[in-house]
Amino acid sequence: MAIPKTLGIETEYGITHKGTDDPNPIAASSVLINAYLHDAGYRAESKQPGVHWDFIDETPGIDARGYAPTGAMPPDVETHLVNAVLTNGARYYVDHAHPELSTPECADARSVVLFDRAAELIAAQSMVASEKLLPPGEEIIVYKNNSDGKGSSYGCHENYLVDRSTPFGRIVNHCTAHFITRQIFTGAGKVGAELPGMATNEVDFQLTQRADFFEEEVGLETTLKRPIINTRDEPHADPRKYRRLHVIVGDANCAQVATYLKVGTTALILALTEDDAFTREFTFATPVAALREVSHDLSLRQPLALDDGSTITALEVQWDLLDQAKKYVEDRGTENVGGDVAFDVLIRWEEVLSGLEDDPMSLAGQIDWVAKYRLIGGYRERHGLDWNDARLRAMDIQYSDLRPEKSLSARVGLETIVSDGDARVAMTEPPHDTRAFFRGRCLQRFSDNVVAANWDSMVFDIGTEALRRVPMMEPLRGTEAHVGTLFDECDSAADLLRRLGN
Amino acid sequence: MAEREQIRKPAPTERENENAAAPATSEKSEELKSELDDLLDEIDEVLESNAEDFVKSYIQKGGQ
Repeated sequence: MAIPKTLGIETEYGITHKGTDDPNPIAASSVLINAYLHDAGYRAESKQPGVHWDFIDETPGIDARGYAPTGAMPPDVETHLVNAVLTNGARYYVDHAHPELSTPECADARSVVLFDRAAELIAAQSMVASEKLLPPGEEIIVYKNNSDGKGSSYGCHENYLVDRSTPFGRIVNHCTAHFITRQIFTGAGKVGAELPGMATNEVDFQLTQRADFFEEEVGLETTLKRPIINTRDEPHADPRKYRRLHVIVGDANCAQVATYLKVGTTALILALTEDDAFTREFTFATPVAALREVSHDLSLRQPLALDDGSTITALEVQWDLLDQAKKYVEDRGTENVGGDVAFDVLIRWEEVLSGLEDDPMSLAGQIDWVAKYRLIGGYRERHGLDWNDARLRAMDIQYSDLRPEKSLSARVGLETIVSDGDARVAMTEPPHDTRAFFRGRCLQRFSDNVVAANWDSMVFDIGTEALRRVPMMEPLRGTEAHVGTLFDECDSAADLLRRLGN
Repeated sequence: MAEREQIRKPAPTERENENAAAPATSEKSEELKSELDDLLDEIDEVLESNAEDFVKSYIQKGGQ
């Protein structure tokens, strides 16, 4: 049965360190994050400022299918690198040689866009702060993209809370169809291709950054043999009630409307899946091939093979999913898919599909691949360049530069869903409608007493012999409505814990 | 429910105005082209000066 879709995004950023002969991305990522923590006033006296992440319950190796195929390599948990919790409930850390920022848990798609924009602002402030620490001539730069054009990829992962009792096979079926076809509006665009065995210039421009890196339909891996559906089973919540669907197949978006639709439409698809409310199912004959075909097809009209021998286009699948989502909302309301935000998601989903149908270039303010294609294609035409000219690849990378003065995406007139004023507040203020509120408030008010934090618990030192762990197994408990007044009334962590009944 | 329907319909005045503007397609595409030209002029100043070096040196380790 559908449950409220708590959701969030974790983004691995590209990082470069200019002006040094021996760039080390792990070191650069650490400098970047530590610079921000100092600059933003997190605990400055210890060597590692900020509250530490508590890894005790991290189990990325558990597989939703209930087994690990021999040879499957679950991701390692890197416990020794910079890893901080921010007062907005987010997590800012170094992961696999990239700085990574995970938004706090959000209750709807609009909130995700807000905290994702806040993350961009945090990255920008981090760069400015790190410049003050670096020798003259050196600079650390952060990019919100997913590939280096040379065969390495890094992800923008989405997370959705799902009812545990939903059969995982059903999730695989419905999400695969959506992930393959939503690329027509979630793709961030890329010059060239990175398929093994294919020349990089065999494809001039494609819709997504990530499609070339996916080789499996379902699996546990995240760094190689990437699967369309990731089976990581680490709910960070009551495991009897909840599943966290960990989605690795998407691109990082600079266009806020694209981010909004990416998570908003997927939340709807998941609610329909939980309630078994689909009246039609799409099973592709070869999902991995279809994923790439959609990405490589700018016409959006290539027929894709379904397993019953018929064909369908990505647009047709999305139109059908939209219709089914509209009907679902008519019948069952929007309580589990973000309330009123879901109505707006449906309207925008329809507008975008209409645009893609009639004139994709009309969506240059909403869809990253369109904005990028318009910009880079326009530049190519003006200067009479070949698609594999370095200047075009450079623009592709610079589109996602997070420095406001250098970013190309900041200049192409992308429509915003949230204001920068609100996003600046969200850099330090948590969402009020999920457990991130409790985490954020504890860090704002009692950071001296917080020894460690992770998604589903916090550990306090209130001077007693034993440390006190507060479990947070319910993503929607610990909201402002639940504990807001408690924070107003308590003036110490000890007081808070006593009142919480610990 | 009346409230729900109100939220679901796209803003009617915006839509109507768009449709009224539709016939002048060549004007609109002229406008769009000049917007794009302005944009390309503008970004010329911020583009990386040595594209070859920049692209060559943009190397990342694989992540998740």
